[in-house]
Amino acid sequence: MIQLENVTKTYPRATRPSLEGASAFIEKGEFVFFIGPTGSGKTTIIRLLLREETPTSGRVVVNGRDVANMHSWKVPAFRRSIGCVFQDFRLLPNRTAAENVAFALEVIGKSRTVARRVVPEVLELVGLGGKENRYPHQLSGGEQQRVAIARAFVNRPLVLLADEPTGNLDPDTSIEIMRLLDRINRTGTTIVMVTHDSNIVNQMRRRVIEIDTGRIVRDQPRGVYG
Amino acid sequence: MRAKYVLSEVFLGLWRNVTMTIAMIITMAVSLSMLGASLLLYWKVQDMQDYFNTKVEMSVFLKTGFTQDQKQQLATELNNDNRVAKLQFESQNQAYQRFRTEFKDAKDLVDSTKPEALPASFRVKLKDPHQYAEVQADYKGKPGVESIVNQQQTLDKIFSVLNGIQNLALVVAIVQGLAALLLVANTIQVAAYSRRREVGIMKLVGASNWFIQLPFVLEAVFAGLIGAIISFVVLAVAKAFLLDKTLSGIFTAGIIPPISWNDILLTLPLLLLVAAVISAVTGWVTLRFRLRT
Repeated sequence: MIQLENVTKTYPRATRPSLEGASAFIEKGEFVFFIGPTGSGKTTIIRLLLREETPTSGRVVVNGRDVANMHSWKVPAFRRSIGCVFQDFRLLPNRTAAENVAFALEVIGKSRTVARRVVPEVLELVGLGGKENRYPHQLSGGEQQRVAIARAFVNRPLVLLADEPTGNLDPDTSIEIMRLLDRINRTGTTIVMVTHDSNIVNQMRRRVIEIDTGRIVRDQPRGVYG
Repeated sequence: MRAKYVLSEVFLGLWRNVTMTIAMIITMAVSLSMLGASLLLYWKVQDMQDYFNTKVEMSVFLKTGFTQDQKQQLATELNNDNRVAKLQFESQNQAYQRFRTEFKDAKDLVDSTKPEALPASFRVKLKDPHQYAEVQADYKGKPGVESIVNQQQTLDKIFSVLNGIQNLALVVAIVQGLAALLLVANTIQVAAYSRRREVGIMKLVGASNWFIQLPFVLEAVFAGLIGAIISFVVLAVAKAFLLDKTLSGIFTAGIIPPISWNDILLTLPLLLLVAAVISAVTGWVTLRFRLRT
């Protein structure tokens, strides 16, 4: 469950707010696209939901927790309930696919035994069975993004945030990644995806929230890019 | 597993940045050596002050032609002075005897000195060693008094020299300490930068702040502790070779109490503590600015 209540975010020294009076309610298990041109404020939404930023005014509630008023020492525990993938994958180049996923488990204190059990499972789930020991440079872009998705999903988060996950991928690979995200969505995980890839939005036919210069201009169930 | 992870990160971090690590350790070691030296000096000066306060005396020398009346008058006055703890008269003859025993090695000097050359004196010991200057001033112009020699003045000179050395060591310790501080801050920033990918991912997946920061802070603390151990070795070597060999004369003469191995050993926990605390605090503060959310 994600709730934006009249959210405004103005970055220091910015001439206009990146997000202005944005309100939206996203149910548990929904799949939502945030679309809009570059600089419209889409990424700001991801940063707010991740609590990398706090809103200038308004309320942001994720998984029942008020993000704006959260103490900074509570942020790590909060982030464990959220998965996140990016356009640039953000993998560690000197670790294999399995090690990249295991790293995310180890640094939040999961034992190696747990990692040994869970990592092959999730890699299998994202379709990388047999490629566990490849390094990122030995994998294609689509495969690297699958590793990133495996890492984001390995903790079974309630919410998965995706910031232009197909931005670096060709159309066919993009479709495959979307199929994967769709499968993850079917397990009950809420997915919030920021994109300006019109093909994908039009094919998926999911809820679309359009942002233009910081304002929500359209919120449409089963929408298209428009 | 986590301990193993943290430790391997610490050593990897120190090794990746080895020139900076060495610079940090050396600066830390110099600073701490100076701190240790000034600490030892401080302890010694305290010891000396306590020791000499019980021994120090004032000699009121009488003019060669003093009269019995003058001597009597002075004796009464000093006896009635409630600042005086002990009073002893030393006649010219007694002074000569003492002179002969004290300088028995310098036979020529003893032979060429006549008993009349040595003045008679009152040896005065005060209750409160801080009052010597005051008492000295009171008796200076009295009839029959030639001069008053106050041992405290000589001691004060020695103490001021020692205090000067101590302060100098302290200043060097502080300046070097500042340099060490900046190096620690810099090393940690470089380490954090070289591991920014890992740090970014750790933050993203919700690793706790202490888990992210601990390897960096421990890196600084580890380097600090090595610096402390080196500075301890420097102090020990300085004691063994400089103080015990070159300067041993001063100690055997009993002017300055010798610095014992016990004193040196006592500095080790202090140096380790100072190094650890300074490195940890600097590291932690640096990271607060660098690794915010």
